[in-house]
Amino acid sequence: MEIPYTVEIRPDTGLYNAKLGIWLFLASEVMLFGGLFSAYVLLRVGAEPGMWPHGWLDVRLGTINTLLLALSAITTLLAWAACKARQFAKFKFFHACTIVLALAFLGIKTYEYHDKWIHYEVDLANGTYVDGHLVEKSPDFDLAKKTGTVTLHGHIVEERKELMDLRSPAVEALKNDELTIKAGDIKKMENYGPRHNTFTAIYFTLTGLHGLHILGGTIVIFYLWGPGSRMWRRDPERFTNRIEVSGLFWHFVDLVWIFLFPVLYLT
Amino acid sequence: MDELVEQFPPYREPAESGPAGPGHHEHAAPGFWSHYIFSTDHKVIGIQYGFTALAFMLFGFFLMVLMRWQIAHPGMPVPVVGPVLERILGAPAAGGAISPDLYNSFGAMHGTIMIFLGVVPLAFAAFGNYVVPLMIGAPDMAFPRVNMASYHAFFLGGVVMLVSFFIPGGAAQAGWTSYSPLATSIPTDGQAFWLIGMVLLITSSLLGAVNFIATIIQLRAPGMTWMRLPFFVWAQFVTAFILLLAFPPLEAAGVLQLMDNVAHTSFFLPTGLAVGGQLADRSGGGSPLLWQHLFWFLGHPEVYVLILPAMGIVAEIIANNTRKPLWGYKSLVYSVLFVGFLSFIVWAHHMYLTGMGQKIATFFQTTTMIISIPSVIILTCLFLSLWGASIRINTPMLFALGFLPMFGIGGLSGLPLGLAAADLYLHDTYYVIAHFHYVVAPGTIFALFAGVYYWFPKITGRKLNEFWGRVHFWCSFVFMNMVFQPMFFQGIKGMLRRMSDGGVNYSAARVPNAIDTLPGTIMELNTFILWAAIALGLAQIPFIVNLFHSIQHGEKVSANPWEATTLEWQTPTPPPHGNFEHEPHVQRGPYEYSAPGHAADFTPQNEAAATTAPGQKPVSRPKPAH
Repeated sequence: MEIPYTVEIRPDTGLYNAKLGIWLFLASEVMLFGGLFSAYVLLRVGAEPGMWPHGWLDVRLGTINTLLLALSAITTLLAWAACKARQFAKFKFFHACTIVLALAFLGIKTYEYHDKWIHYEVDLANGTYVDGHLVEKSPDFDLAKKTGTVTLHGHIVEERKELMDLRSPAVEALKNDELTIKAGDIKKMENYGPRHNTFTAIYFTLTGLHGLHILGGTIVIFYLWGPGSRMWRRDPERFTNRIEVSGLFWHFVDLVWIFLFPVLYLT
Repeated sequence: MDELVEQFPPYREPAESGPAGPGHHEHAAPGFWSHYIFSTDHKVIGIQYGFTALAFMLFGFFLMVLMRWQIAHPGMPVPVVGPVLERILGAPAAGGAISPDLYNSFGAMHGTIMIFLGVVPLAFAAFGNYVVPLMIGAPDMAFPRVNMASYHAFFLGGVVMLVSFFIPGGAAQAGWTSYSPLATSIPTDGQAFWLIGMVLLITSSLLGAVNFIATIIQLRAPGMTWMRLPFFVWAQFVTAFILLLAFPPLEAAGVLQLMDNVAHTSFFLPTGLAVGGQLADRSGGGSPLLWQHLFWFLGHPEVYVLILPAMGIVAEIIANNTRKPLWGYKSLVYSVLFVGFLSFIVWAHHMYLTGMGQKIATFFQTTTMIISIPSVIILTCLFLSLWGASIRINTPMLFALGFLPMFGIGGLSGLPLGLAAADLYLHDTYYVIAHFHYVVAPGTIFALFAGVYYWFPKITGRKLNEFWGRVHFWCSFVFMNMVFQPMFFQGIKGMLRRMSDGGVNYSAARVPNAIDTLPGTIMELNTFILWAAIALGLAQIPFIVNLFHSIQHGEKVSANPWEATTLEWQTPTPPPHGNFEHEPHVQRGPYEYSAPGHAADFTPQNEAAATTAPGQKPVSRPKPAH
């Protein structure tokens, strides 16, 4: 005996197995990201006054990424509709678009990560703070031995609090220059990695997990677009179901980004 | 509804399946690897889960015996196994004695292994996998390959947990609850291993839960309506939903704590955290309470993951051995659904001591008291099912009957812990240990033993030996109580849990002039519990021998030795690939025992209707035989 309702719909539930399965999986994903978002809320509410960062992320890049994912949601839907209409060539085209859009999203995300990685906050011994992107380190630069120099493109502020809101007029008025600092003057030097503060921590964790979901989804869609599409000739109905199920996952991942974008970029 | 279900397309027979089904083409006899390791058959996966989980439970038990030795004789070399420990683990077991660090490791891993690698896989994955598809008349689980992946993730998670004993610094030491900042401050990578292991286990249970729910919704045989599902299936259904929705927040928390431990973030680390007298090199700004919330959001529903399948097993066995329908089937079903729902909003009763404030404490006290109602309804229905029955006593029934009062003690002793005023005193004492062990050890584990004895003939076609089964039951019953009952007294006297010296430093003998020290009688109970625990371990030997011996040499029995009504008994033993020779058509509810007008005192669910129309209930309850 074979397992029933792998392709055809069970009359009383109106679902085939995999569609129910993916909805259940998405329910658990909601709880996963729900847990992370509530962590975000608690961390933000619990932050010391004025110490929760604003404007640390590039809204333009975030907007572009949002549009990329929104477009990919449309192409995913069209790819499924093409399967339903039994137009294989169209399906190939639309899902090729999905894959390209997803890779573009990941590319931009990688650039943003890199940008944070070379962005340093340097606490100087005289109590001021240098904040900027790494230009170069001299070959003998060593914080522990206090030798060499580091060059950052950025600015100097008197108080750490001033670094928290990069959209404030005071910060926007600051001029960015190339600043060369001696290792001996540095008390602490740390990039904007996850450990920098709870905002970067939750930013990297949330977008990192989301990025892994995008990556996983892209791999699945690529498989169904490439080698997996051989099933089309054998069992187009089942193949269409696979496109629908993977599409549901993709829409969910897009939806998570729709929450991430305002929560991390716009506030 | 019934007509609709009757119209369902029948299963596709292999002959007409054609090339559409990859993985289902005709094999020659499957080889060792595809049959035992990479099997997608739910029955094989169920057995894999069962044996792995039993092995882990035995291992967790050994950790506990070692801890009990340390508690009774702090710092003394462990007899017999001490030198072995020293050879395997090195410095933490120097001289064959258990160091406080090692004790902490054992404590954390005992809890983790028993819950996540022992009881849950056995109760949910093993019994669920083997029995649920058979009970609902399905040929397999809805997603057989996902099912296989679920077992492999579980196995891998177990391996990661075990490996962590052998890394420098040893396994996780922050308790099974892994509270931050302690979990991030202990200088061992064991915690990272623990978290990775947990992520794998959560993945496993997620895959399992999706599979179970989809199977129960989609693959019920024609005529198997919701109210004809055996109670065990309902219990597994609710359990699967709890696993599906409660585990992901712990996965989120696990990822965050992993970031804390590996990427040095401060999700759960407050500003100004000092470790070992030094300010930690952390950004701070995190919240230790956040971990507790996320952990207990899983942690409390998890309790019901442990108990609901056990209740399901007990219900099946009680119905079968009382030879009459379960009392209040619908009440049981609605209660289990209500428990499942409510289990999501009681979690903070584990956190009264965090200073959460009266208002929030009041809310959680209220929900905690409310959730005891459906639990009591379930237990009451099971007790009332015994009323007026002509009870058939056999090993599964003994364990099922043992479950009822033991779970009763466990549940009732939880009430004082659910009220903040009493909990302030009892929290983190041995009273808590006694309470939840009564729920899980003589409670759930007895039900699991009952299930093993009950379904073993379905799996192997042979019965476990009845005499040794009864020896196993009575010895376990006596020694379980001897282990856990004294802990209530120790807890009420104020003995704290998680102390590697068993309370010596707070004893009247050590600090004679202090007030409220632990009296000698309470301290002596430690030795008593140690010997009871060792006796409990010895009491499992008949079971282990019986289990392996009976696979080959047990008494041969028919396909339906217990004369049961549910569908798993209406197919040959062991069930063939695809489970049923013909698709079962369900005619009636699950517990039609002693229905009037029938020659036999049981009417299988799929027996063609002779005297009653499909879907109709028997007119009257049978009178008990006198």
